[in-house]
Amino acid sequence: MENFSYTLVIPLILFFTFVFTGLFGGKFKPVISGIICTVSVFISAALSYFAAYQYFFIYGKADGAYRLINVFSFHWLRFNDNLSIDLGILLDPISVMMLIVITTVSLMVHIYSLGYMKGDIGFSRYYAFLSLFTFSMLGLVLSVNIFMTYMFWELVGLSSYLLIGHYYEKPAAVSASKKAFIVTRFADLGFLIGILLLSAFAGTFDFNKLTDPNGGAILQSASATFLGLSAITWALILIFMGCAGKSAMFPLHIWLPDAMEGPTPVSALIHAATMVVAGVYLVARLFPLYVFTSPQALEVVAYVGAFTSLFAAIIACTQTDIKRVLAFSTISQIGYMMVALGVSGYGAEEGLGFMASMFHLFTHAMFKALLFLCAGSIIHAIHTNEISEMGNLRKYMPVTHITFLIACLAIAGVPPLSGFFSKDEILVAAVEKNFVIFLVQYIVAGITAFYMFRLYFMVFWSRDTKYEHDPHESPKVMLFSLVFLAVAAALAGFIPFSEFVTSNGVPFASHIHLSVALPTVALALAGILTAYFLYKKESGSPDKITNSLGIIYRSAYRKFYIDEVYLFVTKKIIFNLISIPVAWFDRNVVDNAMNGIAFTTNYISEKIKVMQSGQLQQYAFVMIAGMILIFLLTLYLIIV
Amino acid sequence: MDLIYLILIPVITVISIVLSENRKQSRVIAAVGTGLQLLFSVYLVVLYLTERGAGNLEEMLFSHKYLWFSSLNIYFSTGVDGISVSLILLTSVILFTGVLASWDVEYLYKEFFISLIVLATGVFGFFISLDLFTMFLFYELAVIPMYLLIGIWGSGKKEYSAMKLTLMLMGASAVLLVGLLGIYSYSSPTGATPLTFNIIEISKIHIPIEAQRYFFPMVFVGFGVLGALFPFHTWSPDGHASAPTAVSMLHAGVLMKMGGYGCLRVAMFLLPDAANEMAWIFIILTSISIVYGAFGAIVQKDLKYINAYSSVSHCGLVLFAVLMINKIAMNGAVLQMISHGLMTALFFALIGMIYGRTHTRDIREMGGLMKIMPFLAVCYMIAGFASLGLPGLSGFVAEMTIFIGAFQNADLFHRGLTILACSSIVITAVYILRVVAALLLGPANRNFPGTKNDAVWNEKAVTFILILAIVGMGLAPFWLSDMILNSLNPIVQKLALLK
Repeated sequence: MENFSYTLVIPLILFFTFVFTGLFGGKFKPVISGIICTVSVFISAALSYFAAYQYFFIYGKADGAYRLINVFSFHWLRFNDNLSIDLGILLDPISVMMLIVITTVSLMVHIYSLGYMKGDIGFSRYYAFLSLFTFSMLGLVLSVNIFMTYMFWELVGLSSYLLIGHYYEKPAAVSASKKAFIVTRFADLGFLIGILLLSAFAGTFDFNKLTDPNGGAILQSASATFLGLSAITWALILIFMGCAGKSAMFPLHIWLPDAMEGPTPVSALIHAATMVVAGVYLVARLFPLYVFTSPQALEVVAYVGAFTSLFAAIIACTQTDIKRVLAFSTISQIGYMMVALGVSGYGAEEGLGFMASMFHLFTHAMFKALLFLCAGSIIHAIHTNEISEMGNLRKYMPVTHITFLIACLAIAGVPPLSGFFSKDEILVAAVEKNFVIFLVQYIVAGITAFYMFRLYFMVFWSRDTKYEHDPHESPKVMLFSLVFLAVAAALAGFIPFSEFVTSNGVPFASHIHLSVALPTVALALAGILTAYFLYKKESGSPDKITNSLGIIYRSAYRKFYIDEVYLFVTKKIIFNLISIPVAWFDRNVVDNAMNGIAFTTNYISEKIKVMQSGQLQQYAFVMIAGMILIFLLTLYLIIV
Repeated sequence: MDLIYLILIPVITVISIVLSENRKQSRVIAAVGTGLQLLFSVYLVVLYLTERGAGNLEEMLFSHKYLWFSSLNIYFSTGVDGISVSLILLTSVILFTGVLASWDVEYLYKEFFISLIVLATGVFGFFISLDLFTMFLFYELAVIPMYLLIGIWGSGKKEYSAMKLTLMLMGASAVLLVGLLGIYSYSSPTGATPLTFNIIEISKIHIPIEAQRYFFPMVFVGFGVLGALFPFHTWSPDGHASAPTAVSMLHAGVLMKMGGYGCLRVAMFLLPDAANEMAWIFIILTSISIVYGAFGAIVQKDLKYINAYSSVSHCGLVLFAVLMINKIAMNGAVLQMISHGLMTALFFALIGMIYGRTHTRDIREMGGLMKIMPFLAVCYMIAGFASLGLPGLSGFVAEMTIFIGAFQNADLFHRGLTILACSSIVITAVYILRVVAALLLGPANRNFPGTKNDAVWNEKAVTFILILAIVGMGLAPFWLSDMILNSLNPIVQKLALLK
């Protein structure tokens, strides 16, 4: 059976669900829209699983590699013979893997939200936007054409905007959503210019042609240079700018922590598991281009990723809002994925980093979504985000406690949970290529373990906080999602990922490298132990440490003042220094010049109108004077 | 098929309105007449596509010639190609919705509808004319009623705005007229044939380049002023701010498009050497328009001013694309005209409706309208997203076509300015989201008198039609794009031959 045309249903059913609930959601009971959307995501997920099964196990390989399938595509907007925006569906190992990730997490979030959002005024609106998001995200990963990616890229940005601003009466949510949209829009400007440059040199938007290692795009692209780098390098760096915006890489990460103003399940779906990894996905999608035409661009990816992961991990240690800790942790982990791509080569074993990146994307989606959903469960119970107001919650919320612990162990890289395997592959790939980057990532692994367990101990152990009402465990719909994802986060590491997803489609066997794994696990355990001694019981020692760190702690707590820089650029420069003068110039210089012309005309006619006096003797005088003048002039001309 | 019906239907509608007895009758007549015009335009598009599908490759379809003034060889010659057909459709959509949006006009209602429809007649005549003289005539016919419409039914400092708008456009048309007469005077290089105003005939001959150098700037600026070319755009903010809703809709939606159309059809097509030579000057001016308009919009407080500046930016993009002298960009220019026409009409319609309920257009005094009038608020948001170029809505299609087209020019000058123009997508996002946040979101900070009710039926119809068109164009741009692309061949060939 080689027919994949049913995959068209996977995204489209969600589009129709969005339109339907968007238009008619108000007509029936909120819970009905919730169920409609959940059912259609379920259908979509079931079809995705079936497609994955069919793709990996039935469809088979050609020359030992998984094939690229263009299920369908048509010219949506044609410009000339080579350039067109096509819509269609492209299946290859990474897009099939992403189908699984997106539909799984989305389904869990849909189910979870039935409990979490119960009673919310915007219930059906919320579900309509969730469908819109899932549709756009699926469209993004299934793109056949880089411009199609760009379109869905913008649409996920829109859904993110709408969902962050779900509580639109709250000013903080409004400004967070605005910030998210504008910062990513700015990054997308880079993406757009990158696409334009790429199309100018490669002459196509089509992924099949762009990423074919033997295709014209890669072979011809080494041409013009600009400021010492080839045009294609510029294009790829600019495209990476778009990726950095979406994936919250430094310095475009500022929108992600603020995005936590949205409902927590949204943070789990969009800002942890799926949309924020779109940047990683796009680099992976264009990976042959990066590897073969521009090692410099790939280096940029690696260094930006490495720096961001360290930077965000340090900030995560200081934050006191549970969702913000998780947000910085997400940024840090995405840094890992970028690093893995950055140090990777192309081929089966040479492409270890590529495989590791996708593997980490997969496992991270599971445990990070779980962490957010657990956080949601806690917030649902005690109505606060501040970890200083939590403590001892293990007594009240046993299921949340256990699942949260599993997720923490997974992200800290404790074997045999999933994070261990994927992180190990990344470190192995890095140590072979670039030792400095490896060292950074190695340290970050320790910090990760520390801040996650800081969070864990402060929330579930620590002091015996008095709550107004006894916190209660969340309803069953929510717990179902938690347990499901906990199982996935625990076991996902055993998937032989290198058998499925590799840079060139050729499977290979990967194994644990003890020389890297043992020190990493040791460091992670050290991080956990440190957190245990500092935070298991309430004590003064954390405060003492922060005090002794002084300015370093404060600047990390203030997120190294990047937000202030952003505010300075938008308020002081764009608003005060450009826009206000432009508006003033327009009203006072350009417009007054036009008014000045009118005024001058008016003034002259005022002066001239005196001549139109209506007095006969004046007219007669002017007439005779004129006649004499003409007579004299004629006389003069005749004589001369 | 005779295009003259496009003029006759509005004329008959006007006569019927004159004969109508009360307000109810005249507005129903206006709605029916413009509705018929809309149906007829749709029919025209269908006919056009069938004719092309049947393999008719003539440059202009349904062409016809009526002798008008034999001694000067002036004909009223009509004909349409893909570009004019799509603009005719745009015009009738906006005219019909404009009439619906003015359903509640009370003061001098007869005269209002008459002026509105006369104005639109001028626009239809302009788009079907193939003769420079009648084209100019209809152009003037469209501008004059504007003066009355703003001066009488406007608000704020309406006399000043009406005067300013009319004088600036008249000044431009004086320059334009000289340019057109110049083209006319060179239209018979050998002297064997009589001088002609006919665009198609002139396009077949070659006007000496020395003459083109004089007339190209005249014609381009003459039309460009209507297309809000920097620095001649200042009539636009004041004019829009004072104009009543339907007039703003027609003006920004359609009249400004006459500028772009004129630049493309007359300036570029008939004066190609000078166009190639002088394009760079105007490319710089339009690049300024694009960015400058967008920055100008960021700090405005009046909804109509925001939209007017945003129009300067978006219409700058139209002329920018026209000047790029390649097929993709020019296609983008026409798409942008249509897209901007639709979304700006929607914007002005919504602003009018919101103003009718809040009695203010100052965004500082508003907030949380999403709670008070959800229908209008959602529509406003959709218009905003169309304006900032979100995929699935019309703005994206047009802007991306322009950017891709403009980037085909391989030199640093064109590419650099294209990148500058691209940056407008960010600035647009800034001002649109600023307005959305200040106007629609946040806590409802004041109770407005009479804001109990959301949109009523005619308002719903207006927004529904316009949003349908925007979404339709955004989701299925291919047929529109193909229709325009094929019609650009003669223009592009003429320009490219000389490169």
